[in-house]
Amino acid sequence: MLFGFEWDLSSPATYAASILPILLIGMWVTIQATVIGFAVALALGLIWAVLKAAPFRVISWPASLMTEFIRDTPLLVQLFFLYYVLPEYGIVLPAFMTGTLALGIQYSAYTSEVYRAGIEAVAKDQHEAARALNLSASRTFTHIVVPQAVPRIVPAMGNYLVSIMKDVPVLSVVTVLEMLNVAKIVGDRTFNYLVPLSMVGGLYLVMTLVASAGVRLLDGWLPKQGIPLK
Amino acid sequence: MNDPIIKFDKVIKRFGDLTVLDELDFEVGRGEKVSIIGPSGSGKSTVLRILMTLEGIEGGVVTVNGEPLWHEQGPDGLKPASEAHLRKMRAQLGMVFQQFNLFPHMTVLRNITEAPVKVLGLSKAEARERAEELLELVGLADQAQKYPHQLSGGQQQRVGIARALAMRPNVLLFDEPTSALDPELVGEVLTVIGRLAEEHDLTMLLVTHEMRFAREISDRVCFFDQGQIREEGAPEELFTDPKEDRTREFLKAVLD
Ligand SMILES: Nc1ncnc2c1ncn2[C@@H]1O[C@H](COP(=O)(O)OP(=O)(O)O)[C@@H](O)[C@H]1O
Ligand SMILES: [Mg+2]
Repeated sequence: MLFGFEWDLSSPATYAASILPILLIGMWVTIQATVIGFAVALALGLIWAVLKAAPFRVISWPASLMTEFIRDTPLLVQLFFLYYVLPEYGIVLPAFMTGTLALGIQYSAYTSEVYRAGIEAVAKDQHEAARALNLSASRTFTHIVVPQAVPRIVPAMGNYLVSIMKDVPVLSVVTVLEMLNVAKIVGDRTFNYLVPLSMVGGLYLVMTLVASAGVRLLDGWLPKQGIPLK
Repeated sequence: MNDPIIKFDKVIKRFGDLTVLDELDFEVGRGEKVSIIGPSGSGKSTVLRILMTLEGIEGGVVTVNGEPLWHEQGPDGLKPASEAHLRKMRAQLGMVFQQFNLFPHMTVLRNITEAPVKVLGLSKAEARERAEELLELVGLADQAQKYPHQLSGGQQQRVGIARALAMRPNVLLFDEPTSALDPELVGEVLTVIGRLAEEHDLTMLLVTHEMRFAREISDRVCFFDQGQIREEGAPEELFTDPKEDRTREFLKAVLD
């Protein structure tokens, strides 16, 4: 029994049906971790991108160094760092929080590059037109550059959303009960791993297909020339 | 020339090792319509881009309306201009780009009203009214809600002209405004520019390869060659009786 659900081992089909609710509870945790991790990655990545673009080296260099460091170290190292080292300094976060934070931090290094590329892809002549019209630098950024950068950014961000989803099982090492961890526990207790693990594969396929379709939909819906302003 | 609105005084412009403008002297009078012609790479765009503050200068002084553009008065003489000074000076100039450079995600109306609202502080209603007048002027009154990609190149460039005019500049700079257009669309843009030249006391500086048009609308034509004004004069003179060999060669090449 797990989460109040009993398993029925009389046949593979009844076994699968009986553990589905258990796996769905794990899947819900996976989805939450993905969404929160992705949100952190988007927000923190934007901060990195702005810092890296700063005209002062005292700001841009440490930011570049940090993102390079994050990118070049395994997610698991960062996860262990947050989970085992922070408490030594009195910062104790729940495992789920620690895990999603680690995911978000890891991916912020990638999303910051997506932002940078998207922003730089906005043509120089757009900046010149804005300057000729005396628009301020901040207005140019928010109303000329960002709306045109968004459609270029969305597809790449969508890929990272799917990647984050597929990295969530890493959180099992710090006891988060995401879908794979739940399936493993079920397997441990029933001595049948084939069914729960196959189901995890299938459910993952459904989740990634849905996420990819959502991104493609958003991508198709956004006009290529930018977020329209009337 | 007494009291020119634009004055280049021994202006030097370099890109790395390449000296594009070598102590250029150049003046434009108030309300004057001046065409700049010359071979590609001779520094024509650079002159306009310096005026629009899109390129800095390495030497000399550019004056607009009697005030240095790239410098401002410090306690001990001229010092490099601050962004605030550039903003103030830029307000007197407008530019029409070869590639139009419209904002692709904004409607025609928004393209024209964005800066008047955000920079000049006009209300949305005032800016809209001004934009509608200008769209009327360029013959696009019914296109306000379209996006640039829904318009022809000629229409886009006319929006570009309206957008620049909406800021009420004293000087309007045109950098080959018809060079990116299909031949059949050149006429409608030239008509608009011609009407502006005729009906407004706006100072106009036009870089163009449309010799016949330059001859029609200009008070003066300057032939640029290797970052220098090789020859200048009234259009009848320069086009019919050029003094310099280089001018003759150039005109022969483009008019054939
Ligand atoms: N940003 C730049 N960097 C390097 N060289 C440039 C740049 N802009 C223009 N140039 C060079 O300066 C010269 C003059 O350019 P330009 O003013 O555009 O000429 P024109 O408009 O008369 O064709 C050309 O040789 C061009 O290659
Ligand atoms: Mg040019």
